[in-house]
Amino acid sequence: MNWINELMKSLSILERMLVFILFAPLAGGLLAGIDRRVSARLQGRYGPPLAQPFYDVIKLLRKERIIVNKFQDFNVVLFLLFTIFSGALFFSGADLLLTVFSLALAGTFFILGGFCVGSPFSHLGAEREIIQTVAYEPMVILMAVGMYQATGSFKVAEIAQYQAPLILSLPGVFAGFLYILTIKLRKSPFDLSMSHHAHQEIVRGITTEFSGPGLALIEIAHWYETVLLLGMVYLFFAFNPWLAIAMALGTYLFEIFIDMNYARFKWQLTFLSSWLFTAVAGVSNIIVLSLMR
Amino acid sequence: MGWFKRSPWVLHYNATSCNGCDIELIASLTPLYDLERFGIINTGNPKHADILAVTGSVNEKSRQVLQNLYDQMPNPKVVVAVGICATSGCVFQDCYNVQGGVDKVLQVDVYIPGCAARPEAIIDGVLKACDILEEKYARRKKEGRWAERP
Repeated sequence: MNWINELMKSLSILERMLVFILFAPLAGGLLAGIDRRVSARLQGRYGPPLAQPFYDVIKLLRKERIIVNKFQDFNVVLFLLFTIFSGALFFSGADLLLTVFSLALAGTFFILGGFCVGSPFSHLGAEREIIQTVAYEPMVILMAVGMYQATGSFKVAEIAQYQAPLILSLPGVFAGFLYILTIKLRKSPFDLSMSHHAHQEIVRGITTEFSGPGLALIEIAHWYETVLLLGMVYLFFAFNPWLAIAMALGTYLFEIFIDMNYARFKWQLTFLSSWLFTAVAGVSNIIVLSLMR
Repeated sequence: MGWFKRSPWVLHYNATSCNGCDIELIASLTPLYDLERFGIINTGNPKHADILAVTGSVNEKSRQVLQNLYDQMPNPKVVVAVGICATSGCVFQDCYNVQGGVDKVLQVDVYIPGCAARPEAIIDGVLKACDILEEKYARRKKEGRWAERP
């Protein structure tokens, strides 16, 4: 039954990294295509083809390259590289905390990319991105801490092999993670810094000054990030790989559903609600867990 | 493969339209017409756009904005004049402040007549514009540089 685990064990660390680097953009792009199709259906529209995100990225790569300054390219390339790096660390079974922090570093480069240009829209988007980062980051770290408390290890490989259902000891942490996942996936009501939809916010927020190939790299980084985040959802159900994959996909569909049903929050509400949720669901779960042992 | 044909992103600018054509343009995004099934996205950012859809005639104030938006778009790019006002200025062409159609400022690739232009006509026009995008990209490959800015 656990051929997924067997497969993971049979590959060496480098091979697992390579598999992630090659296949994650395919999976992430397909998920983005499903997202757009399902979103359209929920709005009563027909929707674009499933491969639409790939068409978009290939088109963007063929557009003229206009860069505002050289730091812009530097930052966006580092954003992509660190996103890939943290994903590769995660899927090779390395330290979960290291993954979380290198993902935060990738986000920092993205913010710097937004700040290094002159456009006020881009600046506003970058400021909102910082607020979002502050809003979601505690919960991401708590997720790693909670998994350590339950399994006694920060290593993804060992957490994935843990036989007892992690979700039963970390329901609050999972709920909190689900809440901030909406921010991380840039879904409504938390798509303050940039939105994928036609009802956009502050022009295009943090990506306002990116065009052509630069924007394509941001999209690709976003695909990698999606796969990495769904991988984190997988860990909560890792005792049964099939259930875990189903739950990861189910979570993604749930996020699309939330995206379609909520209007955008103000930054105050985003910040307050996510910290409140982190405190109530995440922290209390961890306190209970530490009292129980 | 025509990649530009598969994902043209539209920037909509209202020069001095009466809003009739604007409403029709937005209507083509709604469930009945659904532009997105062709991969068309309505973007508000010139740096992301491939197609500039202009509604209304051009006057002294809007021509600078129009030129500015066009200059910010990365190549290849096309201009679509939506509605009869954007095409020729229509009944407003003798007004003291009106310069005429969009082609007084920019080189227009597709004209969509109508008052207001029907959503079907707009979709048809945008898809024609996609072919011109492809042509411009092919010419760039042949000549090794983008066409001169007008």
